[in-house]
Amino acid sequence: MKNLNYSAQRRILIICFLFVPIVLLCTFSFLPLGNMIYYSTLKWNGLSKHKVFIGFANYARLFSDSEYFSVFKVSLYYLAGSVIQLALALFFATILSFKIRGKNLFKGILFFPYLLNGVAIAFIFLFYFKGNGTLDSFLKFFGLEGLIQYWLKDVRWVNISMVFTSIWRYMGFNFIVFLGAIQSIDSQIFEAADIDGANKWHKFIYIILPSIKNILELNLILSVSGAISAFEIPYVMMGGSNGTRTFVIQTVQTAFVNGKLGLASAMAVVLLVIVLFVTIIQKIYFKHNGGNEL
Amino acid sequence: MKIKRKFLAIITLLALVQTFSFSAANKEDAATDTKEITVITHRTDLVDNLFQEYVKEFNKKYPDIKVNFEAITDYEGEIKIRMNTEQYGDVLSIPKENFPVSDYPDFFIPLGSKTEMEAKYEFISDTEYNGNIYGISTVGNAQGVLYNKEVFKKAGITKMPSTPDEFLNALATIKEKTDAIPFYTNYAAGWTLGGQWEAQAPNLAGDPKWSNYTVPHEDTPWAEGKPYYVMAKLLWDMVSMDLIEDDPTTTDWEACKGMIAKGEIATMLLGSWSIIQMQQAAETLGIDPGVIGYMPFPYTNKDGNMYANVGSDYQLGINIHSKAKNSARLWVDWFTNESGFAQHESGIPALKGSKYPSALIAFQDLGVKFFQNEPSPADEVGLLDEIDAEAEVGRWSENYRMRIVEAAIGNRNETFQDIMTDLNTKWTKARKTLGVK
Repeated sequence: MKNLNYSAQRRILIICFLFVPIVLLCTFSFLPLGNMIYYSTLKWNGLSKHKVFIGFANYARLFSDSEYFSVFKVSLYYLAGSVIQLALALFFATILSFKIRGKNLFKGILFFPYLLNGVAIAFIFLFYFKGNGTLDSFLKFFGLEGLIQYWLKDVRWVNISMVFTSIWRYMGFNFIVFLGAIQSIDSQIFEAADIDGANKWHKFIYIILPSIKNILELNLILSVSGAISAFEIPYVMMGGSNGTRTFVIQTVQTAFVNGKLGLASAMAVVLLVIVLFVTIIQKIYFKHNGGNEL
Repeated sequence: MKIKRKFLAIITLLALVQTFSFSAANKEDAATDTKEITVITHRTDLVDNLFQEYVKEFNKKYPDIKVNFEAITDYEGEIKIRMNTEQYGDVLSIPKENFPVSDYPDFFIPLGSKTEMEAKYEFISDTEYNGNIYGISTVGNAQGVLYNKEVFKKAGITKMPSTPDEFLNALATIKEKTDAIPFYTNYAAGWTLGGQWEAQAPNLAGDPKWSNYTVPHEDTPWAEGKPYYVMAKLLWDMVSMDLIEDDPTTTDWEACKGMIAKGEIATMLLGSWSIIQMQQAAETLGIDPGVIGYMPFPYTNKDGNMYANVGSDYQLGINIHSKAKNSARLWVDWFTNESGFAQHESGIPALKGSKYPSALIAFQDLGVKFFQNEPSPADEVGLLDEIDAEAEVGRWSENYRMRIVEAAIGNRNETFQDIMTDLNTKWTKARKTLGVK
């Protein structure tokens, strides 16, 4: 090592440190991705030794049948939900960044759902929405029987119920990210604001919001792509039935119920492209409006 | 709502990749046949109790063979992923969904020739390919309707319904005179609206050739009066006449067993395999298991007979990569011939000449005719499933029946006829795409 100059040593160190993560990344992200693209050109049931190469026929089929894309309507519910989710997360993060009593307790309560297993949450909420379940009992307790609905049977409510569950599940994550960003703002700025006589609202608008713009953007990207690819809650709770089928559920069913792994891989590739596309659009939008940060 | 969710699906798809790269060919060697076998099964409920007793019995005969079990809850889903490797046990249940017989020789060893096996066992034609048999049935199921005898008595129904209309009338009477749910769809579980319904369809045709000779060669299996139509119509009518549970989306499969035992549910459409589970639920609750009755599907054929189709449950096959093929074979033979598993399951044993279980003797008393489906002609093996997959109808899956329930509740903007037309159109189109005459 001694006779190597500084930059050579640096290079070796970088390679050593990056080797493991890059190998992991390649094995578990890029190799599967490459294979998925390969599968998407096959007519294959996922098991048979006889795979037939059919080129882009799977994609042609996908784009010639509007039924495959009609499920994106369900994503609109989740998109609307993600706006509410981010607003709530930001609201709580801002409040809890100021000095209030029981701060840590509330932080814990808000973040807790994110630590739970998604499948467990889906089951909890199945009982919650069930006829005479938790929600109905709760409404009855307050004398609000009139508001009781068939939360899962009624098509007007079922997706709202799903989105509600989803918000409950994922809000904590956005919240903790926002909170971290807000707390990293230099406290001297707040002190200066206090001296200038700024109220809480001013601090939020003129200090917090501009300081966490990057994080806001990140959360928005995660939420939007999450909304497009919503899966586990509607899958575990409803199996995609009664109008809750999302694009990912449809992909899973195409692969494992209809035995068309090739077509399903093509759908997965299309989803990936859509998510990439949306992310890039958001990036460009933020760049135009946000000047030169990052 | 996070980006990670997308990966769930993708990772499942790609688990295949990882396993694939390791499946280099492994030469078998009979001389090194080991004395330890692993049996992979979907019966998570039996591996720790009944099967352990079977092992004890088995070891009395073959003391030097060690038998291990591995039970998988999502059997169809997981076993097919594992079958992309060589590590899928020694003895396993052959998966049924989207796994054509023509692929069997790549995964299982032949257990004997057709002529040789036919003499001894029922249901062997299901796993025949090029004259070889690749799996032996664990148990055969008859198809009919589960009901609670007490509820029927309370409602004053003495004659078993033998047409869909009589069945609907019976349900209406039950609704009027008792507190029981006339028919429990088990909608939320999903699979309960899949194979359980599909397997009943031949009962209505009453023809061993219907499944493999008629359906693949007709354009409109959902046309009025045909078996699929009649069954779908019955489901639609039950839902739209409000003869089902209040909220199908929150049904509970585990709970339904106790509910039918207690008389809170009057009827359910399930194969004969389910009888034992309902009876056990009754016993646990301290109710006489005799309240659980089983009746034939309410449909009388044009010839005046009622039919009950019998078909095989999972078959046992032996992994072609197994290092203990001889020991595995001994287990398969013992399990089929000597374990008494079929009787335990109230099903029809694969071994010819065995006794029918008591629940099905009642069928015979009613004059119901049992029959097995005739296998496809050699050049059309797997054709029916191929059309089904191409059409994305999913005869064995729950999707279109769930759709019927949803539409009948009023959650979809389509009529019963719309759904039937759509299914027929898909079927016709798929047959055209595949060039089937």
